[in-house]
Amino acid sequence: MAESEFRIKVQDLDMAFDSFVVQRNINFTVKRGSVFIVMGGSGCGKSTLLKHMIGLEHPARGDIYYDGEAFWGATPERRMQMSRRFGVLFQSGALWSSMTLAENVALPLREYTKLGNKEIDEVVSFKLSLVGLRGFEGYYPSEISGGMRKRAGLARAMALDPDILFFDEPSAGLDPISSKRLDDLILELRDSLDATIIVVTHELASIFDIGDDSIFLDAETRTPIAHGNPRQLLKESKDPKVTTFLNRGGEKVAAQ
Amino acid sequence: MPADGAGQYELDLSQAANGLLRVQLAGTWHMADGLPSADPLRGALGRLNGSRRVAFEAGRVKSWDSALVTFVLQLLALSQEADAAVDLGGLPEGLRRLVALATAVPERKDAARTARHLPLVPAIGRWAINFAGGVSETLDFLGQFMTAFGRFLRGQASFRRSDFLLYAQECGAQALPIVTVISILLGLILAFVGAVQLKQFGADVYVANLVVVAMSREMAAVMTAIVLAGRTGAAYAAQIGAMQGNEEIDALTTLGISPVEFLVLPRMLALVLMTPLLCIYSNLMGLIGGYAVAMGMLNVTGPAYLHQTINAAHLSDFTIGIAKSAVFGTIIAFAGCLKGIKSGRSAASVGDAATAAVVAGILYIIISDGIFAVILNFLGI
Repeated sequence: MAESEFRIKVQDLDMAFDSFVVQRNINFTVKRGSVFIVMGGSGCGKSTLLKHMIGLEHPARGDIYYDGEAFWGATPERRMQMSRRFGVLFQSGALWSSMTLAENVALPLREYTKLGNKEIDEVVSFKLSLVGLRGFEGYYPSEISGGMRKRAGLARAMALDPDILFFDEPSAGLDPISSKRLDDLILELRDSLDATIIVVTHELASIFDIGDDSIFLDAETRTPIAHGNPRQLLKESKDPKVTTFLNRGGEKVAAQ
Repeated sequence: MPADGAGQYELDLSQAANGLLRVQLAGTWHMADGLPSADPLRGALGRLNGSRRVAFEAGRVKSWDSALVTFVLQLLALSQEADAAVDLGGLPEGLRRLVALATAVPERKDAARTARHLPLVPAIGRWAINFAGGVSETLDFLGQFMTAFGRFLRGQASFRRSDFLLYAQECGAQALPIVTVISILLGLILAFVGAVQLKQFGADVYVANLVVVAMSREMAAVMTAIVLAGRTGAAYAAQIGAMQGNEEIDALTTLGISPVEFLVLPRMLALVLMTPLLCIYSNLMGLIGGYAVAMGMLNVTGPAYLHQTINAAHLSDFTIGIAKSAVFGTIIAFAGCLKGIKSGRSAASVGDAATAAVVAGILYIIISDGIFAVILNFLGI
């Protein structure tokens, strides 16, 4: 495959807090326009990997390449520029609590575009309507439900039309129906925006529903132990840890 | 045999010759009634000879809760020490399942936390490392703030004007009532203390000098700063700390917006501008308090007191007080925002951040006031 087909390439990445190693030897590539799943048990370092990819934590070793350009090897200014192409949905939505939903979505637009107030309002309404929150522009994050906060967080993540979207446990704390709707939205975004999507999750239903490719981080050996399409992994993986995880701990093959 | 006589549980241990310990349980085993001591069990197990075995008879147990399970688990542990085989067959079905569940996963020895008491020298070393870490964090934050302030001076800083105005209102206008009360009382107290002493010499009117000099040079600035450290410094630390917990700061960072510029700068500017204004106001309120005491207690007429006040008041004293209050405002905002930004992500750490902000704020206010006193004395102002 040509190098340009890979939007993201993670090479020899080690993650550590001081002397405590979280994960080592992480290597994977993400194809343009695919949904890539980072999975593993609780505490294995999934969210930490995401923080390394979006520039919040510095790797102990290795680097991450976006379209062939080193992310951590770049100057801080260049890194900032690169991360402007990212949209990130944090676990709790991470909306700025002192601002209304509209102001939340508008802030990135005000910072990085030359749009006037009226145009910004229109873009904000459009983004909120994409996630089904039109009409909630004037609400504060504390006045809406957890699922709505997450969707509003997604609207903010999409504000600058990013071409790489990161999701940190999108279905955590959502009921099955909201969670399914969010999954559908993720697929819709991949197709309509041609975005590349990284999802950190341990929700099996989501993993099988939306994952094109995946990596499994193991908490005990502190290194990735499986890599590939999750449905194929379920059928073909020989590693008992991976199959147990994908089977929800039981022996039966998950209903597909 | 009701053991201890305290509860309704009944425990009977009988030893058979072939090394069998028969544990007969009866009655009600509830946590509310307490548990029998493990000592007789240990003794009974020790006295067994031959191949040691333990068996239960629990047919007469009327009801039980975790008390009985705990007791059985204790017995299991003791039997293991004494190398005795335990037959759980005589226990109720549900209890057997709970025991099986509790013993299914072996204890993680490495997971248990041991309280570590370091010897003196390593403890000092640990303290020094933490201290150095704290200093470098503070310098790092100071550097970030200076960068942000530089961008502000060049008009490039990204923060919302409306945020700045809101903070200015919160730390300025809304602090007026408390500053009023504290300053009037401070003026009263100064005048009282002065009046009691000066009356003895018939120098009543010099109370005016005492009040105006003390207020303008020291007390207005220091008391305003202490009120704001408790009111605003703690609020800044808690607000920013809670945002840290909610990943709001991460969200700013990934967008390429500096949290120091967006969150710290407007708060800092608001407080640095509002503290001197509150200090001026506090001066005025203090003088009113002093005047009230003078009128009520002293043998001085109103005009004489006012005349004395005007003679004793020096612009330099007021300028020094106001300049100091601007420095104090900077310190409070710096301590509050620093503790908030460096706060952990849990609810407890937000509380710690607020406490630390107030403690650090007040400490540095007093220290810098001392430094001011020395420098001004040296300069002879």
